[in-house]
Amino acid sequence: MNNLKTDPSQLKNEEMILNMGPQHPSMHGVLRLELVTDGETVKDCIPHIGYLHRCFEKHAEALNYQQIIPFVDRMDYLTSMNNDHVFVMGVEKMLGIEHTIPKRVEYIRVLVCELNRIASHLIAIGTYGMDIGAVTPFFFCFKEREHILNLLEWASGARLLYNYIWVGGLFYDLPIGFEERCAEFLTQFKPKMQELDELLTNNSIFINRTKNIGILPLDVAINYGCSGPMLRGSGLNYDLRRIDGYSVYPELDFEVPIGTGKMGTTGDCWDRFDVRVREIYESIKISEQCIERLTKELKRSPDFDPRAKLPKKIIPKAQEFYIRAEMPKGELGFYFIADGKSDKPFRCKARSASFSNLSVLPALAKGAMIADLIAILGSIDIVLGEVDR
Amino acid sequence: MNEKISNFIKEKFGEQAVLSTDFSGLQGIIVLQTNLIAEVALLLRNHPDFYFDFLSCLSGVDLGVAQKQFAVVYHLSSITLGHQITLKVIVDNNRQANDLPKVPSVSQVWRSADWHEREAYDLLGIYFEGHPDLRRILCPDDWEGFALRKDYEAAENYGGLKIKWEGAKNE
Repeated sequence: MNNLKTDPSQLKNEEMILNMGPQHPSMHGVLRLELVTDGETVKDCIPHIGYLHRCFEKHAEALNYQQIIPFVDRMDYLTSMNNDHVFVMGVEKMLGIEHTIPKRVEYIRVLVCELNRIASHLIAIGTYGMDIGAVTPFFFCFKEREHILNLLEWASGARLLYNYIWVGGLFYDLPIGFEERCAEFLTQFKPKMQELDELLTNNSIFINRTKNIGILPLDVAINYGCSGPMLRGSGLNYDLRRIDGYSVYPELDFEVPIGTGKMGTTGDCWDRFDVRVREIYESIKISEQCIERLTKELKRSPDFDPRAKLPKKIIPKAQEFYIRAEMPKGELGFYFIADGKSDKPFRCKARSASFSNLSVLPALAKGAMIADLIAILGSIDIVLGEVDR
Repeated sequence: MNEKISNFIKEKFGEQAVLSTDFSGLQGIIVLQTNLIAEVALLLRNHPDFYFDFLSCLSGVDLGVAQKQFAVVYHLSSITLGHQITLKVIVDNNRQANDLPKVPSVSQVWRSADWHEREAYDLLGIYFEGHPDLRRILCPDDWEGFALRKDYEAAENYGGLKIKWEGAKNE
C-alpha cells in the first residue's frame, strides 16, 4: 500500500482507510478518494486524481491554434461547445479580431453553447438523482439530452466532440430548418422540465437527502477558487457572462440564479442542485432570444459565409493573455503565451472549473457520513476529463 | 488601477520589489521579486483598495532551455471590486535534477493555490517553499522528469510497459 497518503500504522484503533473509486459509477469517472473513516463518519478525505491525465498543455505546445480546438473539446467532453467558445474567444482577442466577427456567427455560438449548457446540466441533474437513489429522473434527463445532441450533431456532424466553433467564425452555418426544429424542441422541453421539478427537485425524499448536507460557506468557496454553480449556490451573484459581458450576452436578457437556503442552509447540496435546475430555465430563455434574432434580423442569407473572417494564418503578436469565461461548471480559463513568431502557443495553460471545484471536497467531506459524501461529490458536478486534462 | 497597484507595492516593499511592469498589453503584468510574492499576495488580498480575493489561475512556465529561467504567473481577480491583475515571478535555474527552482508558496493566502502549485510542481518541477503537501497530482508518484519542461524527453517505459510512440523518434 504505497499509494496512500495516510500512514496506516498511524491510525487509531477505530479508524480505517477506505478507498472509494477509481472504478465506481458514483465517482463520475475515474476519481479515487482515500477516506479515513471512523465507523460511518469520514475523518479525512484525500482525492487522488490524474487517471485521465493526457497533458493537454504539452499537446497544445506542439500544435497550432486551430489544431488545438479538438483537444479543447476533449477536456470537458460534456460541454465541448463552451470549451471551444472560450478558447476561440481568447485567440480572437489576441489577434484583435473579436469585433469583426459577424453578429450572426456570435448568436449561433451563443445558441449552441446554451444548448450544450442545458445538456450538461441535464447530466448533472440526472446523475445526481441516481447517486442518491432516484433512477427515473436519469432517464428523463437523458432522453431530453439526446434531443439536444441530435440537434448539435445535425449542425456540426459530431455527437459530443464538435469542433464547430473556429477562430474567426464557424465550421459551417446552421443547417436549413435548424432554428425551427430548435424552437420546437424548446417548446416541448419546458413542460418536461416542470415534470422533472415535480419528480426530483421538490421531492421530499430528495430534499431530505440533500438539505443541510455539504454546506459550503461563501468565504470558503471563494478561497478555494470555486466558481459556477458552486459559488452561486453559496449565495453569490457572480456569473462571468454578466461580469465580463463577453460575446453577445450583454444584449440578452437572463437572470443569474443563486442559492438562497430555501430548504435548509445557504450553500448546501440542494442549493447547488437548484441553481443548476434554474439555470436550465435561463438557458432556455437565452436560446429562445437567440432563435428569435436568428430568424428575424439576422436571418440566413445565401451569401452569408461563416468562414469569411477566418484568418489565413493565426500568428498573434508576442503577448500574454488570460481569457476566462463561464462554462456550465464554472470559470474556464486559458492562459496563452504567444511568442509572435510561430502559429503555436509557447504556453497554453488551462484553468478548469472542475479542478478548483473538486479541491474543496476535503473541506466539505470532513465529518460527513460516507453516504452523504456521495451526495456532496455529486453536487460538485465534476467531469474528470477536465480535472485531469 | 495597474499603476496604483504597482506604486502601492513599491511604497510598501521598496522600489526594488517591482522588477518590471508591462501595462501596454491586454492585461497588466507586474513582475515581482521572487522572495516577496507571498507577502505581496497577502497584502493585496487583504487591502480594502484592492481586495484580490479570488486566485483565478496559477501557472508555471518554462521560459525556454536557452533562457535558463522559470516563471510562475498569478492571475488575480477581485470579486467585489471587479478588477484583475497578473503577478509574475521569474527564477533562474540551470535545470539540474537536484536543484529545482524555488518559489514561496501562496497556498496560505488562497487555498485554491494548493492544487495549482502541486500541478506546477508535477509538470514543471517548480518547488514551492512552505506548501503544506507538495506531492505530484496528475502524474503517478513514481513518474520521472517534468513533462511540461521544454527539454523533457518522453519516457520509454513505465511500470515495465513500453509507452513511447514509435513515430516520436523521427521528430
